[in-house]
Amino acid sequence: METRRKASVHPYIPNMIPEVQRQMLDEIGVQRIEDLYDIIPDAIKMDRLMDLPPALSEFELKREIDKLLQKNKGANETINFLGAGCWQHFIPAVCDEINQRSEFVTAYAGEPYEDKGRFQSLFEYQSLVAELVDMDVVNVPTFDWAQAASTSLRMASRITGRTEVLLPATIDRDKLMIIANYITPQLSYQLVDFNDPSGELDLEDLKAKVGANTAAVYFENPTFLGTIESQGQQIADIAHAAGALSVVGVDPSSLGVLKPPSQYGADIICGDLQPLGMHMNYGGGQAGFIATRDEEKFVMEYPSRLFGIAPTIVEGEYGFGDVAYERTSFAHRETGKESVGTQTALWGITAGVYLALLGPYGMQELGQTIMQKSQYAAELLAAIDGVEIRLQSTFFKEFVVDFNGTGKTVREIHHQLLAEGIQGGKDLSEDFPGLGQCALYCVTEVHAQEELETLAAAIQRACTSQVKEEVQSL
Amino acid sequence: MKRIVRNHKVRNFHQAKWDEPIIFELHKPGERGVEIPQAEAAIESMVGDGISRIPDKMKRDTPPALPEIGQAKVLRHYLRLSQETLGSDFNVEIGQGTCTMKYIPRINEMMIRTPKIMDLHPLQDVSNAQGILEVFYKLDLAMREISGLDKFSFQPSSGTQALLAMASIVRAYHDSRGEGEQRNEIITTIFSHPSQAATAVVKGYKIITLYPDADGFPDIEELKKVISPRTAGFVVANPEDTGIYNPRIKEFTDLVHEAGGICYYDQANANGLLGVTRAKEAGFDMCFFNLHKTFAAPHMCGGPATGALGVVDALIPFLPGPIVEYDGTSYDLKEVGDLSIGKVRSFHGVAQTVLRSYAWVRSLGAEGLRQVAHTAVLNNNYLYHKILKIRGASAPYVKGNRLEQVRYSWEQMAEETGVTTEDVTRRMCDFGLHYWTSHHPYVVPQPFTLEPTESYSKEDLDEYINALQQISDEAYSNPEIVKNAPTRSTVHRIEDSSFDDPKEWCITWRAYLKKTTPSE
Repeated sequence: METRRKASVHPYIPNMIPEVQRQMLDEIGVQRIEDLYDIIPDAIKMDRLMDLPPALSEFELKREIDKLLQKNKGANETINFLGAGCWQHFIPAVCDEINQRSEFVTAYAGEPYEDKGRFQSLFEYQSLVAELVDMDVVNVPTFDWAQAASTSLRMASRITGRTEVLLPATIDRDKLMIIANYITPQLSYQLVDFNDPSGELDLEDLKAKVGANTAAVYFENPTFLGTIESQGQQIADIAHAAGALSVVGVDPSSLGVLKPPSQYGADIICGDLQPLGMHMNYGGGQAGFIATRDEEKFVMEYPSRLFGIAPTIVEGEYGFGDVAYERTSFAHRETGKESVGTQTALWGITAGVYLALLGPYGMQELGQTIMQKSQYAAELLAAIDGVEIRLQSTFFKEFVVDFNGTGKTVREIHHQLLAEGIQGGKDLSEDFPGLGQCALYCVTEVHAQEELETLAAAIQRACTSQVKEEVQSL
Repeated sequence: MKRIVRNHKVRNFHQAKWDEPIIFELHKPGERGVEIPQAEAAIESMVGDGISRIPDKMKRDTPPALPEIGQAKVLRHYLRLSQETLGSDFNVEIGQGTCTMKYIPRINEMMIRTPKIMDLHPLQDVSNAQGILEVFYKLDLAMREISGLDKFSFQPSSGTQALLAMASIVRAYHDSRGEGEQRNEIITTIFSHPSQAATAVVKGYKIITLYPDADGFPDIEELKKVISPRTAGFVVANPEDTGIYNPRIKEFTDLVHEAGGICYYDQANANGLLGVTRAKEAGFDMCFFNLHKTFAAPHMCGGPATGALGVVDALIPFLPGPIVEYDGTSYDLKEVGDLSIGKVRSFHGVAQTVLRSYAWVRSLGAEGLRQVAHTAVLNNNYLYHKILKIRGASAPYVKGNRLEQVRYSWEQMAEETGVTTEDVTRRMCDFGLHYWTSHHPYVVPQPFTLEPTESYSKEDLDEYINALQQISDEAYSNPEIVKNAPTRSTVHRIEDSSFDDPKEWCITWRAYLKKTTPSE
C-alpha cells in the first residue's frame, strides 16, 4: 500500500503543494514567493516569525475550544432575568435551520441574479416588518437599535434642517452613549424627564424643551424601564406643533398586542430585531431596523440598502434590486447619506422567517404570554417584604424591582441569587442613581411558572438573609 | 457503457430556479407555523388575560397583516430561496475583490452553535462568562502580535463601524488636547473604501481625497500640499483596491505625524500581509481587521460581522468600552474612562464571530498565517499574469507584481465590442461565478476587481480565468450573448427603471400592492 508522509499542506490552503507553487511561479516569472513582496521595504518587513500559539489540527482545535467554552454558563443552565436590550425568547427551529444554511451564511455582495434568493428574503423581511409596524418602507437592517435610533435622528435632522434632538431620560445609558457619539458634533441632545412613579414622559418638561431647533422628539415604547408610554399621540402632537418629527423606538415583540407607533403619530420607527428569532449570542444577535412612510423625503434620507421588487424581461418573473442607490455612500462616498456597509443582513432574513412562522396570531399570543408571565412575576416579587415594583404604568416584558426597602443593595441580593443559579436583572443603581437600589427584571414566554416562583423564593431568602456579604467581583 | 466526454472549458451550469411566490402569497387563513408558549393556568387565574391592563389607546386594534403559513411551507420557501443564493461555499468566489472571500472552516461554524455561546446574555455575571472572555482576550493578544499595536476592541461590528470608531477617536484625541476645533480635515485616497470618507464626514470632518500618480501610488507630493495644522487624521488602505502596495507609506505617516495628525490604517483586508509587514512598523496609530475578511468569518449576506479595532498605547484611553482585561487569574470587563468615545455598538460586539476568528488563528499558527499571505499573493499574481493575456483586458498603473488583489479594466474590450463590465457581471452568472466591478466612482474605466485569496487551487483559478476568456471570445464574436445574459441564472434581466422613481419604487409588498392596483 502506498503511504504518505505527514501532510505539510494545510487543509485550507491547497496551493501549498510545492510542485504547484513552482508551476505558478514559473508562469509569473519569479523565483520565490518572497520576490512578489519586493515592493515592501525591508525596514518595515517582519524579519521573524510571529509569536503565536502553535497551530492545532481540527481535532485538537475542537477539544481546546470545547474545554474553554465549558467555562461559560448561559441561560440554559441558569434562570436568567436579564433583558435591557438583549432578550431571551423562544426561537423556532426553522429560524436556525434557515440562518445556518451555507448559502446564506457564506453569501455576501452578489448581484440580484445569482443572489436573487438573498434579495427576495430581505425584501420579504422588509415587507413583514412593515406589516408589524404598519409603515410602507423598512430598511435592510443596521447594527442594532442604538444605531437605528442614531440614524433615525440624523435622518430627522436632515429632513427638518434642525440640529437638536430630545431623548427620554429613561433611555438605556449604553444606547445614549452610542447615540451621543454618533450624532456629535453636528447634533446635540437634551433629556426629557420622566414621571416617577408612573414612568411616563413628563409632558411639561417636553413642552419646555421642544423648540425651533428641535429636529426630533425620540421616545420608546415600551420604555427602557419597561413601562408602556401611553401618551404617544400627545408627544407626537407636541413634536409636530413645533415642526419636529416624532421618532419612536419599539420592541417588535410587543407589536402583536401594542399599537404600532405609526398609529400614534410616529414619523420614523426604529428598534431591534433580536427578539424576532435571534439567540442572545452574548450580544451578537442584535440588529436594528428603521421604518417610515413611503415618501421621497424620508426614503432619500436612509443610508441603508433598500431592496425593491421589479419585473424582469420575462413575463411573470419577480426580480429585485437596490432602490435609490444614489443615496448611499457606496455610490457617492462622502456625499452619500452617512455610511453603509456590512451590517446585519442575516438577522434580517431570520426575523422574516420568524414573522412568517408566527403570523398575526402568533405575535398576539407572544405578546399576551409575555404580559401574563411578567405580571405574575411582578406580583410575586411585590409580595415580598421590602420589595416593590417601582413604576406604576402597565409594563411589557420588563419592570423595575425596587429593593430600597430591604436594606440591601442589588449587588448583594444578586450575589446570593447567583449562588442559587439565578441571574438577576440589570442593576440600575449606577445608571439611574435617582432610583436608588433598583433592578430591571425581564420575564418572557420562556419562563415557566415554577422558575418565577423559584426566583421569588430566592429573593425572599436573599432579602431576609442576616449575612451581609462582602461582595467582590467574581 | 460509453465513455462520457467531459471536455467543455466552462462549466455547463444552471442555477436553481424555483419561481417562488412572495411569502404573502403563501397565506392560508388558519394555518400556523409554530406554537407559542402559553401562560400556565395558575398564572392566568391570578393575572387574567394580561392584555386587559394595556391602556385602551395603546391596544392594537387589528392584528398585523402577516401571512398565516404552515411550518413546512415556510421552511420550503426559505430553503428554495437559499438555493437561489450563490454563497461562497458554492462558487469560486474570487470575483468579489477587496472582500477576501475565503474558505469558511466548517468546524468553526459547528463550534459556535452551542448553548455555551448562543445562550449567553451580554450582561451576565462575568464569573459565568470566563470562556468567551478568554476568547476575546486571547484573540486580542494574537491581533497585537499580527499588527504590532497594543490593544484591540471587538465592539465595532463591521469595517464601516470600525472606521466610525476610529474617526471618533481622532476627534476625541484632538478635543482632549484642545485642538478639536482647529483640526477639521481628514485625508484619504480615492482607491480606499467609500466608508473611510463617509464615516469621517459623520464625525464632522472635511474630506481631502488624494488621487494616484501615474503608477497608481497615492501621490506624496499631493499629500505635502494638503497637509496642514488643520489635519486631524490620515486614513488609507495599503495596498489599496488596486493591490498596489505603497512602499513610501512610512514617509506618509511621518509627514502626517509631523503635522500633528493621527494615522489610521484600513486593514479590512490584510490577507496578503499576515506575518509579512505590520501597522506598527508602517507608522500607524490605529488599524482594524475585518474578521469576516482576512480572519475567515463568514459574510452572512452582509453581517453581522466584526471590525477588530487596534490602537497604540497612547490611544487606549479613547477606545469604546468595556474592554476585556486579565489579571492572571480571571477575565473581566473594564470600563475605559472619561476619555473614551463611549460606545459604538451595544454590548461587546459579535461574540460568535470573535470565536470563529480565534479558532481560525489557532488552526493556522504563525507559520500558517504567513502561508496564507504568501499563497494569497502567489494566487493573485498567477491570476494577474493569466488575465493580462485575455483579449481586451488590462490592469492600469504599475507593471510590477501586485499583492492580494488587482483592479482590472475592460476598457479596450468595451471600446472594441460595446460589451461593458456590467454585461460581464451578468454573463458570469451563467457559469456559476460571481464577479464584481469596483467601488464608485469608477477611476479605472470598465473596472473589475479580483482577489483569489489562499483558498482556491490552481484548477479553481483556471476555471475562473477560462470563464473570462470565454466571455472575451463571445464579446469579439457574438456580443449579443453577453449583452443578453444571464440566461442560465435564477432570473433574467431585471427592468430596473422603477428603482429611482418615487412613484414607482416598491420597497415592501404592501407598497407594491398599492402601487400596482389595476385602475378601474
